[in-house]
Amino acid sequence: MIDLSNALTMACSTDPGMVRSHNEDSLAIEPGIGLAVLADGMGGYNAGEVASGIAVALIREEVRKALADSDPSRAEPSPTLRAERVLREQAAKANASIFKSAQDQPQYAGMGTTLVTVLFANNQVTVAHIGDSRLYRLRGDSFEQVTRDHSLLQEQIDSGMISKEDARHSMNKNLVTRALGVDPEVETEIHSYEVLPGDIYLLCSDGLSDMIPESEIHSTLDTLKANLQLAADQLVQTANDYGGRDNVSVVLVQVNERFSSEAGWMSRFMSWLK
Amino acid sequence: MAKLIISVDGQVLDEVELVKERTTIGRKPHNDVRIENLAVSGEHAAIVTILNDSFLEDLGSTNGTTVNGHPIKKHFLQNSDVVEIGKYKLKYINEKASQSAPGDFEKTMVLRPSQVAASQPSAPSAPGTVRIGDPATARPNGFSDPTATTPGPLPSFAPGLIGQAGPSPVATQISPDQPLSALPPAVAPALQAGPTLAPAPRPASPPPAAIQILTGPSAGKELDLVKNLTTLGKPGVQVAVITRRPHGFFVTHVEGAQYPSVNGRSLDAQPRQLHDHDIIELAGVKMEFFHKPG
Repeated sequence: MIDLSNALTMACSTDPGMVRSHNEDSLAIEPGIGLAVLADGMGGYNAGEVASGIAVALIREEVRKALADSDPSRAEPSPTLRAERVLREQAAKANASIFKSAQDQPQYAGMGTTLVTVLFANNQVTVAHIGDSRLYRLRGDSFEQVTRDHSLLQEQIDSGMISKEDARHSMNKNLVTRALGVDPEVETEIHSYEVLPGDIYLLCSDGLSDMIPESEIHSTLDTLKANLQLAADQLVQTANDYGGRDNVSVVLVQVNERFSSEAGWMSRFMSWLK
Repeated sequence: MAKLIISVDGQVLDEVELVKERTTIGRKPHNDVRIENLAVSGEHAAIVTILNDSFLEDLGSTNGTTVNGHPIKKHFLQNSDVVEIGKYKLKYINEKASQSAPGDFEKTMVLRPSQVAASQPSAPSAPGTVRIGDPATARPNGFSDPTATTPGPLPSFAPGLIGQAGPSPVATQISPDQPLSALPPAVAPALQAGPTLAPAPRPASPPPAAIQILTGPSAGKELDLVKNLTTLGKPGVQVAVITRRPHGFFVTHVEGAQYPSVNGRSLDAQPRQLHDHDIIELAGVKMEFFHKPG
């Protein structure tokens, strides 16, 4: 296991917002293993918190275990394939666990959660997502949305029924077409991308992306990137200044340096000498 | 429920509720909204309604369709848009936006994928057909039929909606053959109402303010605080940011071993609100914060 806490700086911030009484978002960061998880729960009373809480706690724990497990019989050709497998398996496990709780306990019936999680390994980031929680990337001057929502609105945009500019005015913003824990099986969307030193990754719940124009998220990140925690807090505060209609959560990950996890023969030899 | 108010020369002819997934407008008899006028094409336009959103599409009509005076091919209808077809005006009213309770804002709900595919417009003609043109038939049979005034069939994808809507303690699974009117009362309105729509308004700005540099090489320079974030200092050495928020201006330390001070007192990690004539000291440079008149 390679410790990534020097290669990656992480910060997070979450708030119930200005309207909601409780926070159904959950998040966790683990810079050492290069993991960040964010989930936006839904369901009555505190069921949303339960669903997002299960997802985050389970993925955090299980990914840590899976990465520590170096069973050679399960060795993948590359760390990225391994990251993809780990996230796929753990998202499925979280899905089953939430689904089961919802079936067993009537007060949790119908609960579910979105999920966006990133796992950094070998100069790549693997992102798994379900629903409308997003991953953005700031690289140089360009700030881009990496994930595509699983939402009715996104499908309307894709089919050309509605333009991206009009989407901000849509009344169907809140309808997700995929969620963790509502069906026995879930299809997790997983992709991997090359990372570069200087990249900043932003994971957020829709309470951020619906409230603040993308250009302002970009400028805030750009202005405050020297202090990642301040940037995260500032983004949450800005969402609240815009009205804070929903719970708002942000995770920021800054890539400080390259992080090859495949130790070359030379370094393996060197560590053998020690 | 969104509706169209149809008028010609300022005279209201009819009101049509958009109860169907696809409402067609044209001169031919099979249209849901029939306009008997030669300037109107046989199949002129259609409105596709999905939950609370309606989309207008011109079906390649000869004389075109305008919305608020602009010719359109496709248009995402907003409350009080005026659609013009020939000399007929169809005003789109969707008051749901202003009716939802603030607590209902943007509650996330799940829509099952299997139902999304089914949401493509395909509904056959249902009660609710309107004919316009002859004043004597301005309220024709189809529309006065009592079945036409009750909500039409639920859009085919809505049955799969689950999740928490409204005050019911547990999420409700809606079976496909269940009409909307049979839903528990707590759920039906929530499904219909949906979230409010206005995009977040820009937060209010506090009265304008500026800082003036008092010492160092730039002494005398003034900097208006017109952005939400204004950074001061030198990157890598010492940086502070002044944030503009609805209720005032705040200064916060960003980076550097030394923290800035305000009126001689060093900041901690927390933001500090600025008051008129506060003196900020940053990397040995003093500057004054002040509110600008007007």
